[in-house]
Amino acid sequence: MLPDLLIALTMLSNFSLVATSRVAKAIQFAVLQGVLLGLMPLAMGLGRHFHIVLLAVAAVTVKGWLIPFLFRRALKQVQIKREVDPTVGYTVSLMLCALGTGLSLLLAHNLPLKPGTEYVLMVPASLATLFTGFLLLVSRRKALMQVVGYLVLENGIYLFGLLLVEDMPALVEAGILLDLFVGIFVMGIVINHIRVAFDSTDTRHLAELKD
Amino acid sequence: MSLCLLALLVAAVSGVPGLFLRRQGGEAAAGLLGLAAVLGLTAALPVLAGGTGGTLLLRTAALGSPGLLALDPLAAFFSIPVLLLSFCGGLYSLGYWEGHRGHTPILRLVYGLLTASLLMLVMASHALTFLLAWEGMALAAFVLVMAEDREPETRRAGWIYLAATHTGTLLLFAAFALLAKVQGHSAFAALPAGLAATRGGTALFALFLLGFGFKTGVLPLHFWLPPAHAAAPSHVSALMSGVLLKMGILGIVRFLSWVPDPPPWWGGTLVALGALSGILGVAFALGQHDLKRLLAYHSIENIGIILLGLGLGTLGKATGHPAMQTLGYAGALLHVVNHSLFKGLLFLSAGSVLRATGTRDLERLGGLGRTMPWTSAAFLAGSWAICGLPPLNGFVSEWLIYLGAFRGLGLPLGLGRQTWPLVILVSLALIGALALACFAKAFGAVFLGLPRTRTVAQAAEAPRTMLLPMGLLALACLAIGAAPALFAPALGRVADSMGGSLGGGEALRALVPLRMLTWAAVILGLLALLLGRWLRLVPQGRDLPTWDCGYAAADARMQYTASSFADGLTRGLRWALRPVAHLPRIAGWFPRLARYESHVPDPVLDRTASPALQLIVRSAGLLRVAQGGALPVYLLYVLLTLLALLVWMVA
Repeated sequence: MLPDLLIALTMLSNFSLVATSRVAKAIQFAVLQGVLLGLMPLAMGLGRHFHIVLLAVAAVTVKGWLIPFLFRRALKQVQIKREVDPTVGYTVSLMLCALGTGLSLLLAHNLPLKPGTEYVLMVPASLATLFTGFLLLVSRRKALMQVVGYLVLENGIYLFGLLLVEDMPALVEAGILLDLFVGIFVMGIVINHIRVAFDSTDTRHLAELKD
Repeated sequence: MSLCLLALLVAAVSGVPGLFLRRQGGEAAAGLLGLAAVLGLTAALPVLAGGTGGTLLLRTAALGSPGLLALDPLAAFFSIPVLLLSFCGGLYSLGYWEGHRGHTPILRLVYGLLTASLLMLVMASHALTFLLAWEGMALAAFVLVMAEDREPETRRAGWIYLAATHTGTLLLFAAFALLAKVQGHSAFAALPAGLAATRGGTALFALFLLGFGFKTGVLPLHFWLPPAHAAAPSHVSALMSGVLLKMGILGIVRFLSWVPDPPPWWGGTLVALGALSGILGVAFALGQHDLKRLLAYHSIENIGIILLGLGLGTLGKATGHPAMQTLGYAGALLHVVNHSLFKGLLFLSAGSVLRATGTRDLERLGGLGRTMPWTSAAFLAGSWAICGLPPLNGFVSEWLIYLGAFRGLGLPLGLGRQTWPLVILVSLALIGALALACFAKAFGAVFLGLPRTRTVAQAAEAPRTMLLPMGLLALACLAIGAAPALFAPALGRVADSMGGSLGGGEALRALVPLRMLTWAAVILGLLALLLGRWLRLVPQGRDLPTWDCGYAAADARMQYTASSFADGLTRGLRWALRPVAHLPRIAGWFPRLARYESHVPDPVLDRTASPALQLIVRSAGLLRVAQGGALPVYLLYVLLTLLALLVWMVA
């Protein structure tokens, strides 16, 4: 019961992410999504495995505290404007997100699942989150929003990984978390450099770098 | 064996002192290379005299079979040019790079590494060590070719070389993988009888021939060779032409020695390739204006001669005629050493011309015989040897091949194979005549006549450190040419390791009257002495210019140029060379100053490979549309691919 609720909330936060026009709001939704997913293993009743609990705690700490902290610092440093600066309008984004969610439900229906899985919503939700992340990456110009897109993308992968969490070595999960942290840390620095070089964080300017 | 390993180590570290010494790093390197040569020769000569070499084994299961390095007669034989030429080059570089700024210490280090990898390659007895040394050799040579990387021409030559050598290595990987599959292990060992006639045997032959062909510069695969030899520093060109190319021959020879029963068509293929490279190589050399490019095309020609010999030997082995086999293989192997000696000598003397005058263009040189007597004597000796004239060494090896082919003329070789010996004889004769014409042109244009520019007129003789290696090589040429009987037992032993049935060097001595050559050399020497005496008896007149046919003021521009000298022959070979001439259009009563220019483009590189590559690059430009530079678009590509994959997987 509880896992399904969390999954539903995750899918809803996807829609909020593409519909919001403020950078700070989008970050909040992404962080909320991360924390929701971090709680998932506990909700799934896997609290008896020590390493899974440890991972859940780590995921919540990284996604709920460390990453927002990095984001806040980046926001302050680059003195970003609030608009997310979309290339695709909010209504269209919303429709695309709905389309992606529908498509993932359709795809997941035909995907072979591990026998004995009770959470049928998990795969479509993870695919939908993946698509949302990609949508954000593709359609938002502001560099910081691309980091948010990356974060959402990773949430989708994490959700997919939960299907196999009992069989997967802890090292893999830990590796993904570390990746995420390092990725966002580096992106924060890169964004600052983009601002210094181009006097804006609009990624369109990066096209000037092509040879 | 341990001596040989020691030589390898010494050669590898020969450039290290130069990294720390402020001066005399070159002397240290040359000294260490000399030490390596002495050590290596001490190890190699007893093996050639009939002793056993020994092996270095490493017992590891990962390699599939033990065995890394072995000093067998073939290895000992091929190590001689490696050691000799690398030492000569090291000594030569002292004068050649004198006052040369830049990466000289690094280049010396790489030169030592190249020598070491050549030695390792020669001794390799396992596919792993062989390929390792092969790659080391290719990369070290690339660094050395790129020594003067400020010139765009050098950079182009370097990249062409790298692409060619790696293509060859790729084919070799395939060949050795196939060999390991056939044999079950990767050590070098004789193949089972009957394999050569199967499809696997044919594939092996083709892969090895192509892979090693890229390195030797057999005709359609030769395209990297002229630019790389022209661009490299001269002693490196000498080492490349003299030794590096021969490593391809070493590979082919090793492969042939494993096969107990080669089909006769293998020999036919080798003969056809040899005739093609030999004749066209010398034809293209005739059309060149660049001294070092000319020498490079002559390397292709000499590789052709070596392949003719190998083809003859294989033909003899396949049809069971031991005399043909021994003569063919012995001639080819001796020509390997001979070519490395006289081509090294020629490249070194060309380098000393280049150093003194700053140009390799035959049309700008001239009259150097007066200012650079020793260099011109060395070049003359090299030309004499490469044209296959007695009493120098080029004659001996070509003679062996001639004799073998003559023996094959009357033999019942089987239907359709009767013509192969005839092909060998005709192409050898043609090659010899054209080579003579080409070196008459080169020597005449560079050393005789009047200097064509002022810098050439003021050229000075090369320093002693450069003349000494040339003298050493010239002496070696004379020794082999004048007293071949001394080297016959060793040569016979090496030729026997090709899987022969004749016994030792005695057989070779019985087949060929080698002592006669010594007598011929003595008689020729006496005649030359007499001629010299007679010339001295002629009263010395005043020093006057040659009669100028009534022209009032004959100057350097009126003499034969290199192109005009060769024009008669290149005109006759027009169908093959297809020279490009830029003729000026002369119009009006008072025509303006005009330029005439002609050059011979390489048929493979300039007429085939370059246009094809340009086409590929241009069509690849069409893909640029997809590269917009915007990150979101790239991510969109990823998304679309992912979607497509998912849909494809589910559907």
